[in-house]
Amino acid sequence: MGIAHHFPILVVVVPLAAAAINPIIGMSRRKACMPFATFAVFLSMIMSAYLVAKVYFIGPVSYHLGGWKPPFGIEIYFDELSASSLLITVLGLLILIFSKKYIEKKLPAEKVSTYYTLVLLNVAGMLGFVVTGDMFNLFVFTEILSLSAYALVAIGGEKIAEMAAFKYLLVGAVSSLSILLAIGFVYSITGTLNMRDMALRLPEVHSLRVAAVAFALFIVGFCVKAALFPTHIWLPDAHAIAPCPVSAILSGLVVKTGLLGILRVFQVYRLTGGVLDLTPITTILAWLGTISIVMGAFFAFFQDDIKMMLAYSTISNIGYIVLGIGLASFDGLRGGVVHIFNHAIIKVSLFLTAGAIIHQTGFRKLTDLRGIAKRMPITMAAMSIGIISIVGIPPTNGFICKWFIALGAMEANAPLFAAALLFGALFIFAYYIKIVNAAYFREPTRKEIAEAKEAPLSMLIPVTILAFACLMMGLPLAYLPVRYVKPWIVALLRG
Amino acid sequence: MISQVIEKLITNFNYVVSITLFLIGLYTVTMKSNLIKKFIGLNIMETSVFLFFISLGAVRGGKAPIMMGAIKGPFVNPLPQALILTGIVVAVSTTALALSLMIKIYEHCGTLEADKLKKME
Repeated sequence: MGIAHHFPILVVVVPLAAAAINPIIGMSRRKACMPFATFAVFLSMIMSAYLVAKVYFIGPVSYHLGGWKPPFGIEIYFDELSASSLLITVLGLLILIFSKKYIEKKLPAEKVSTYYTLVLLNVAGMLGFVVTGDMFNLFVFTEILSLSAYALVAIGGEKIAEMAAFKYLLVGAVSSLSILLAIGFVYSITGTLNMRDMALRLPEVHSLRVAAVAFALFIVGFCVKAALFPTHIWLPDAHAIAPCPVSAILSGLVVKTGLLGILRVFQVYRLTGGVLDLTPITTILAWLGTISIVMGAFFAFFQDDIKMMLAYSTISNIGYIVLGIGLASFDGLRGGVVHIFNHAIIKVSLFLTAGAIIHQTGFRKLTDLRGIAKRMPITMAAMSIGIISIVGIPPTNGFICKWFIALGAMEANAPLFAAALLFGALFIFAYYIKIVNAAYFREPTRKEIAEAKEAPLSMLIPVTILAFACLMMGLPLAYLPVRYVKPWIVALLRG
Repeated sequence: MISQVIEKLITNFNYVVSITLFLIGLYTVTMKSNLIKKFIGLNIMETSVFLFFISLGAVRGGKAPIMMGAIKGPFVNPLPQALILTGIVVAVSTTALALSLMIKIYEHCGTLEADKLKKME
């Protein structure tokens, strides 16, 4: 027993409690907020690292809140999918370190402690989302992370940011309600909220129609959160206008919770051999994913604003993941789930390097940023590694997932999807090469660029760590996440 | 045939009412141009879901499930009520955030009509 027994809940509670204490610290000592937030996330990271190792060597960990046995009490169920808590805490830590200088410059002094409180709340919400084994808990944590995300988008205080936040809030609140209604429907036919219990009871329900409607509501709700193609309208504005560290959290992690939500629902309904035949839904998802890949790449191609480009690229990468999930084959799922992991690293790295450049120069348009590589070589090198990874060129971590998704498309006898995937990758290559070209091979158009300095150390450290992670999670360690999620995917496909 | 449908509608009264309210809310959110009206629509949607949950737990003639002395069932299901208390807290915080955003938007732009705001972007 001992304290390690309580780690599954402490992972969530530590940042949540820190978010509650942070404003009090901010009242007297504003400078202490950032170290405090970083420390809380660091503690959470240590605990999730322990749990991730435990899941790998022993198996999923079940924790009963307050000692009440499930299905009556709330259960925390830490499985291979919950291992994304390690990803969330590590990236959260790097983003917090990066934020220090950036936020001091970008936000007025009285908003700094609010910023760290919101980031802590957001991280706690995501952690709760991934570890919980209870449907209603899932909804509550969705709302914690969504509400803090809306507020983080608006924190810059410009009028466009507020409008973007409001748009995000309206769309997000409707999707949350559809998830809540779905939970109500499932609860009305199964009489339980525990996910594993629900999975056991669903085959015995007498009203399949209600179960089907609930499933549709779940998928629609989580697809909006993940910004899949027809519901992506809120994403470009919200992600491009927010301060860079916020964009990194939103694009790298928050949209991923929608995808993890879809996987959780698949787990409850059973992908194969369940009570409903999910093939039509997975086919629709695969198509929507394909359309997302192409549309996201297409819109990104015509952007001049570097953050807008990255935001559209997120839509396209969400498309890859959803395509992988929608293929519902072993390799496709493997590629999709691992791309959740790899894309988070790449996108956080790209948004943070873009943030470092914007911080140092004040420009965000590619035409203004020409020739920046000479003045900020380390940042640009890190960004180039990120770009190579997101295109999916072999020695980096973007390659392995796209490879598996393509294999999955072949396995599912749908070579058309593999073609669309390749086409999307070419498109992505085309628009990212624009960034590299502008930064390395063009003459500066602005005289400020010629005087720009390399980013401060507190920004360079997270950025280099992330670039290094992109390389290491490529071929040298690529098998690690792939092997880690394998038992989960095997269990999902076995039904 | 029709009588069967009507009978089903009456027995599943709670589903019908909550779905109707949900759709009215969704219509208001998507079709109205004024941001306040959009948000009222969202609140209607929230209420519809809450009502649905509460109706799940209701039992005709049911008592509060407090174990004291010789009280015998039927009891109402207390779980949906506990859930919806949490749901209401979430809804209140969403409303507070949305209203404060609307105040800020009005201060900056002087209007809350979505089509006029779109032109300003």
